Amino acid sequence: MKRIYLDHAATTPVDDRVLKAMQPYLCERFGNASSIHRIGQEAKEALEKSRQIIADKINAHPSEIVFTSGGTESNNFALKGVAFSNRDKGRHIITTRVEHDCVLNSCRWLETQGFKVTYLGVDENGMVRPDDIRQAITKDTLAVSVIHGNNEVGTIAPIREIGKICREKGVYFHTDACQSFTKVPIDVEKDYLDMLTINAHKIYGPKGVGALYIKKGTTIDAWQHGGGHERNLRSGTENIPGIVGFAKAVEIACKSDVVQMTEFRDILITRVLSEIADSSLRGHPAHRLCNNATFSFSGIEGESLLLRLDMHGIACSTGSACSSHTLEPSHVLMAMGLSHEDAHSSLRFSVGKENTAEDIEHTVDMLKKEVGLLRKMSPVGGMDVQ
Amino acid sequence: MYSKEVMEHFSNPRNIGVIEDADGIGKVGNFICGDIMWIYIKVGKNENREDIIEDIKFKTMGCAAAIATSSMATELAKGKTIVEALNMTKQDISDSLGGLPAVKLHCSLLATDALVEAIYDYLTKKGLPVPDDVSKKHERIKSELEKTEKICLNPKAQENSLKKD
Repeated sequence: MKRIYLDHAATTPVDDRVLKAMQPYLCERFGNASSIHRIGQEAKEALEKSRQIIADKINAHPSEIVFTSGGTESNNFALKGVAFSNRDKGRHIITTRVEHDCVLNSCRWLETQGFKVTYLGVDENGMVRPDDIRQAITKDTLAVSVIHGNNEVGTIAPIREIGKICREKGVYFHTDACQSFTKVPIDVEKDYLDMLTINAHKIYGPKGVGALYIKKGTTIDAWQHGGGHERNLRSGTENIPGIVGFAKAVEIACKSDVVQMTEFRDILITRVLSEIADSSLRGHPAHRLCNNATFSFSGIEGESLLLRLDMHGIACSTGSACSSHTLEPSHVLMAMGLSHEDAHSSLRFSVGKENTAEDIEHTVDMLKKEVGLLRKMSPVGGMDVQ
Repeated sequence: MYSKEVMEHFSNPRNIGVIEDADGIGKVGNFICGDIMWIYIKVGKNENREDIIEDIKFKTMGCAAAIATSSMATELAKGKTIVEALNMTKQDISDSLGGLPAVKLHCSLLATDALVEAIYDYLTKKGLPVPDDVSKKHERIKSELEKTEKICLNPKAQENSLKKD
């Protein structure tokens, strides 16, 4: 049975070119970038070259890029680092109810440390209203953090508009761009960004590596202390193979991949909505990530559908992969005003560049079959599949 | 995450469907996870003239564990006397399925609850005496179902469920 992977929002396979770029740095060029000898300096060169590639991609200066272990660390670092460093100036942070858990839980922890957090709601498409942010900013506000491309429903937030408001009001603006990086153009200058979280394993790079862009002049405390790596902002021997792989993944990301993913996503959306009754698209219809198609199928439960598709070799996800061990419906879907039942009946498909048109057609065929089967089992079965 | 037995019952569930002239119907729900389970029973007599569950069918909206426990509960209950069926525990169902993940154990309770409700429905319809513990269970289950319907079901799904009734 052919395996069809449609869970690229959870993680992607490593691209062959990325693997090839990383390999020398595991064995031959294994040096520690802090060492003075040539083996160490070779690693240092690779580190700085990678930093340049990533900085160029977002129109930043290389000195503004701090490598981390991934998106979760970057988000923790941004929020906690800025909050603690500026706690004499204010205690208020603004975020939204549709953030990734690592942002929400960092904020919840900051609340236990004497900070105040406003969790803004979103509209039915998962879109935050810039005006709400403007109104929520007070004299006490230190920073605003809004996810760029939503990991569950794919809605793309208007970060430029939000960034402009924050700049005018003199508060820091951070965005978590793990899902959108290389899919939606990001320019830290034009988007008025003070901090930006990105990572490698969503863009065909390796797991365990990410970065935080920190605009020059930003007041932020280090969160991991040690030997003073990354300009004293993030200690710990740099993960050179990972960082080299990250840079390679950024280098090979191209527009034609985005065009391809958009095409697959749209076939999926069009066919599902027209061929499966009582199915709805979740997230914004137009302002959405090129790879995300999230649906609700009334009368059935997402996990059951996921597992039945898995039997056909098709991999997708219910909400975010992180929440699949809990029973509570997705906080993102609930924030969008869905009923428990609709939230539980949701399934996320995230396409990738290695998918084929046949993969997508086969997935819809299997989806029709399994939705029909589960609805026959369900006491609240909704309409049959056409 | 799931045992082989759970996956087997989930892939090929037994006793799915509706009994048109059912003697008892049990409807239960869990308001946290949104699972809904309906069990239909047809009651007959064994050679000792005791009431037995002659036929049993279910309809479930829920996760793999909910579907597998519905399937297993109906398998276990079929042919049992009413008294034996009432004594079935969530542990019996979970054990027969090679165990359930801790977070899904409540699904097996949902299945025994649905069975209790179907039997309660049968006993009250027939005007037969209802044991005290069954009445108590019925009160708890009823309030949980009301909560589930209020929280979990959107108006559209409720409409559809009414149409099928």
